[in-house]
Amino acid sequence: MNIDDFNLLSKLIKDRSGLTLTKDKAYLLESRLLPVARKWNLKSLDELVMRLRTRSEAGLVRDVVEAMTTNESFFFRDIKPFDQFKQVVLPFLLQARGANRTIKVWSAACSSGQEPYTLGMMLKEERQKLIGWNVDILATDLSTEILAKAQAGLYSQFEVQRGLPIQLLVKYFKQAGDRWQIDSAIREMVRYRPFNLLDELSGLGQFDVIFCRNVLIYFDQPTKQMVLERMAKQLAPDGFLYLGGAETVVGITDKFQPMANHRGIYHHANPAAAARVAGL
Amino acid sequence: MKFCLIVDDSRVVRKVARRILEDLNFEIAEAADGKLALEACLVRMPDVVLLDWNMPVMNGLEFLIELRQAPGGEVPIVVFCTTENDIAHIQAAIGAGANEYIMKPFDSDIIHAKFAQVGLL
Repeated sequence: MNIDDFNLLSKLIKDRSGLTLTKDKAYLLESRLLPVARKWNLKSLDELVMRLRTRSEAGLVRDVVEAMTTNESFFFRDIKPFDQFKQVVLPFLLQARGANRTIKVWSAACSSGQEPYTLGMMLKEERQKLIGWNVDILATDLSTEILAKAQAGLYSQFEVQRGLPIQLLVKYFKQAGDRWQIDSAIREMVRYRPFNLLDELSGLGQFDVIFCRNVLIYFDQPTKQMVLERMAKQLAPDGFLYLGGAETVVGITDKFQPMANHRGIYHHANPAAAARVAGL
Repeated sequence: MKFCLIVDDSRVVRKVARRILEDLNFEIAEAADGKLALEACLVRMPDVVLLDWNMPVMNGLEFLIELRQAPGGEVPIVVFCTTENDIAHIQAAIGAGANEYIMKPFDSDIIHAKFAQVGLL
């Protein structure tokens, strides 16, 4: 691929999704975009780029951006964040939100739904403590295609074996042909909505917990900073932000600081917030 | 180093599983059916058993039931690894004392995820 074509594609993807496509990832263009070319009856990547140059079709642009945004996900990804949620975050919120008995969680860039459904299953397991409580899980992703998959809750045998304990598979899934479908009771706990993290977040409301794991790694520094600082405005003063194992706020924004004893969780960087979560 | 007994009547499957588990730093022994596996356990109890279901002489479920009654047999973590992939089989396995369940075909990602889940990694 020539440099002009690469630059056109990487600018398009950056503008629409925030994803920074570096030269060493150029090989991804071929494997991800050839199926898109085929879908649009174009013979090659050259033809695809030509089409993007000559006509601006929203459908084609969306397909290109969705194909390039990574969608790898699995249940209980990394295990630890969910243990922390059960043992630290949830008990804290059960105390702190006693007045209105509502907990609001946002799974930002939820991909095919494993993260919100993992939370759903965990909350079901803890339902004795949640009687009379309302837990709202909002799950968003840029890709409408992946959201449709998330909503259907259908997973391959391979997907249900990556991270999901067998007891939970038996308890919360039904076999559907060669695939596994998560129970409607869990599906109904999650609200799905297409959303671009580069857009204004204020319409989404305020959250007690934001999961934004393994998303920022695809953004450049200014985009990371912008997204994190907007998220800070949507997070309750005593709320929690989860980032992925390879991500941090250090050197990017001073709006958040890492929790003292819980790797991967962040809170507002101010003395009041620090005091609230101290000792957790 | 943790000790894993791989029980499968297919030599190819045992070899594949051995390669994956040796990379994860397990000491490996192999058995070709449930009866041989039980004999091996009575000599030296493994930390974990990777267990096929359908085998000649003694199948995986029969082995598991016998193992759990044997002295020290409650200790090993047992991970089924079988083509049987329906809920009834999975429930029967859990009921007999299996800790985890892998549906074939498997790969190193699945073994890694399942072994991590039961605290072996």
